[in-house]
Amino acid sequence: MNALRNYLDKIKPNFEEGGKLHAFQSLFDGLETFAFVPRTTSRVGSVNIHDAVDSKRLISFVIIALLPALFFGMYNVGYQNAVAAGQLGEATFWGMFWYGFLAVLPKIIVSYVVGLGIEFTVAQWKHEEIQEGFLASGILIPMIVPVTTPLWMLAIAVAISVILAKEIFGGTGMNIFNPALVTRAFLFFSYPSAMTGDSTVWVSQQSILGLGFTAPEAYTAATPLGQAATEGFAGFDCTTIQQAITGLIPGSVGETSVIAIALGALLLLWTGVASWKIMCSVFVGGGLMGWLMQATGLSQIEWWHHFVLGGFAFGAVFMATDPVTAARTECGKYVYGCLIGIVAVMVRVLNPGYPEGMMLAILLMNLFAPLIDYCVVERNISMRAKRATKK
Amino acid sequence: MTKVIKLRKGLDVNLKGKPAEEIAQVKCPGEYALVPDDFTGMKPKVVVKEGDQVLVGDALFVDKLHPEVKFTSPVSGVVSLVERGDRRKLLSVRVKADGQQKAREFDVKQDILTLLTESGLFGYFRSRPYDVVANPEDRPKAIFVSAFNSMPLSQNFEFVLKGQEREFQTGISALAKLAKVHLGVSAKQSAKALLEAKDCEVTVFDGPAPAGNVGVQINRVDPINKGEVVWTMGPEEVIFVGRLLLTGKLDLARTIALAGSEVKFPKYYKVLVGQKLTTLLEGQIELGRHHVRVIDGNVMTGLKTTEEGFLGAHRTEVNVIPEGDDNAEMLGWIMPRLNEFSTSRSYCSWLFGRKKEYTLDARIKGGERHMIFSGEYDRVFPMDIFAGYLIKAIITGDIDRQEALGIYEVAPEDFAIAEFVDSSKLELQRIVREGLDILRKENA
Repeated sequence: MNALRNYLDKIKPNFEEGGKLHAFQSLFDGLETFAFVPRTTSRVGSVNIHDAVDSKRLISFVIIALLPALFFGMYNVGYQNAVAAGQLGEATFWGMFWYGFLAVLPKIIVSYVVGLGIEFTVAQWKHEEIQEGFLASGILIPMIVPVTTPLWMLAIAVAISVILAKEIFGGTGMNIFNPALVTRAFLFFSYPSAMTGDSTVWVSQQSILGLGFTAPEAYTAATPLGQAATEGFAGFDCTTIQQAITGLIPGSVGETSVIAIALGALLLLWTGVASWKIMCSVFVGGGLMGWLMQATGLSQIEWWHHFVLGGFAFGAVFMATDPVTAARTECGKYVYGCLIGIVAVMVRVLNPGYPEGMMLAILLMNLFAPLIDYCVVERNISMRAKRATKK
Repeated sequence: MTKVIKLRKGLDVNLKGKPAEEIAQVKCPGEYALVPDDFTGMKPKVVVKEGDQVLVGDALFVDKLHPEVKFTSPVSGVVSLVERGDRRKLLSVRVKADGQQKAREFDVKQDILTLLTESGLFGYFRSRPYDVVANPEDRPKAIFVSAFNSMPLSQNFEFVLKGQEREFQTGISALAKLAKVHLGVSAKQSAKALLEAKDCEVTVFDGPAPAGNVGVQINRVDPINKGEVVWTMGPEEVIFVGRLLLTGKLDLARTIALAGSEVKFPKYYKVLVGQKLTTLLEGQIELGRHHVRVIDGNVMTGLKTTEEGFLGAHRTEVNVIPEGDDNAEMLGWIMPRLNEFSTSRSYCSWLFGRKKEYTLDARIKGGERHMIFSGEYDRVFPMDIFAGYLIKAIITGDIDRQEALGIYEVAPEDFAIAEFVDSSKLELQRIVREGLDILRKENA
């Protein structure tokens, strides 16, 4: 411990203004604050003691909460591969997991290298400390795309979203749209065939480093939601729903298992990192709209089936609750969450083009969150103005 | 029946080193300093020269804009130094005490406002909006006094009040001649002198810090609207007023708490305003072992100073905590860090309950960020003001919006707890102070 501390102290001057490695200062600072709690003490005129919590800690907990869904997603990639090859009987648990691990890992690496590379460059350029916001986005991105997404597409999409959706607004805390969803939206509209296409995208069909199986012929497997959009909801039965809850269905890497997502949700709610107001209202809004659609006969599926299909649960737990892009006032959070649920189900049922509405619903409400907050804050302002004139 | 107001929002931090309820004396001779910066928003003009003899109650400097508002010496002796800094800014006026405390006699029969400005006690009024020294030409709609400080390691006023009940009541009655007086009392206090105080409206506040902040109490009882002025005064300063009226002499003796984890025997000291801190800290802190931070005032709101510093005019405690800059703590973002206190359940402090006492150092414990997580301030900010939006309006310099969001009601100290819990580590008190200063200039 002390040896590392002393070593860092020794090489630190090289990275400071005028040092020969000054161009890498943001990288050095990033790694130093990663290894050690910063020693800066509060300045004169500000509070003398601080709560131990900081944004690094909170964002780390988002990543921990994502791990169950990520690990299950890896297993499911292997499982779907075995199903596609028709060799489910011969596949082992660890064989399927390591196959999925090898299929997903390159995406995580590409997402982090491209995203963090841009973040470090911008931090260096603006002489700011590196911010940890992308640590969560970087792992979210591989989890919300199909497993067959080519790495170059992913790299372009990450770069576009980090630059255009985040850095030009001023970095973490200033962005209007959730960068992970912008990546997804960019891929969705730029490369539609690689995102939904002919339903071959959801399952990885080639063996990797000797693991997994190569499917004998092109295997098509639509997600249950995609299937429902083309063939109607009539084909739904209990097994599909059960599978959707455990997550052994084709779909984006991290989005399939409601159980794994629920584990993450529990951690986020318990630690208070995500707002329960937003999370619950998304389900309330979605449930109400689902019930209305069912009652009016526009949709044949049970209202709660919407929660377990597609990206609804994942979006509600990890995307809608992004504190930067969500509503910031406490009342606003209820409205914001409800509207996400309502719009998501509305897109799903009423729009023939897209089977999934969650991504679009959240992005749309990201745009409206400032307006919702404006209304809430304005009420406080008019209360104060009234109080002044009353006397 | 006294009105009780329950406050839900806020936070009590249980820190190690609370003062024992015993009073120690310190030696009087020595150097004392009156620091103009303690009287925020005032432009000082020195009226003494080095070498002048002064009595207790003689003016050391006056407000340039209101020369009748005097700032007077707490001791009798010789002016030893008029300390100036960059661009000849007056930093302090120091008086070498002769130990005899010869005091100037004041005519207590005169008009109360003149008596207060003459004797230097008017300078202890603070005025909202802006949280600055009051202007004697203003007609405040009310005077607020909070009889308790809810911050950690603070002075227990009920203990200090013992034996000074008559002075306190006299002071309150005197203030009542200027404007309606509101007295805020804690639900934990039971002294008759507080609960049954006359010539004022008593309100009981029940809740965590910052319930003792006078700003919170104003907001709950009679909020400030644009164009209105409210004066506030610390409860011990009310006792100063009472003493002056009863004896005709100024006596700026306070009972302050010396507290904090680095103090060997935390207890109360009978001192004077402007006391040199070495006189209290001698033998009380272990020097050289590791870095300590001596705070003139409370750990939440006070200013970092040194052992050589002087007790600020409004301060009711001196806190000493570890500085922490010699601490090499690894992987803070994931370690359990059982000795750290946090309001977040991503740490374990919720497991240990409220009884556990923490030793917190002065590290910021994170990097400064834009506001990322929402609702953090609102949880600990018991006013009907959107703290986060107000801070944003101040940062962006949007004066109309600051007004609309209620900047006239707040003082930097009201944001202390929010600053403590902030995971983005913004310096809220500094931001608010600068915002108020700019606003005051614009509105002048």
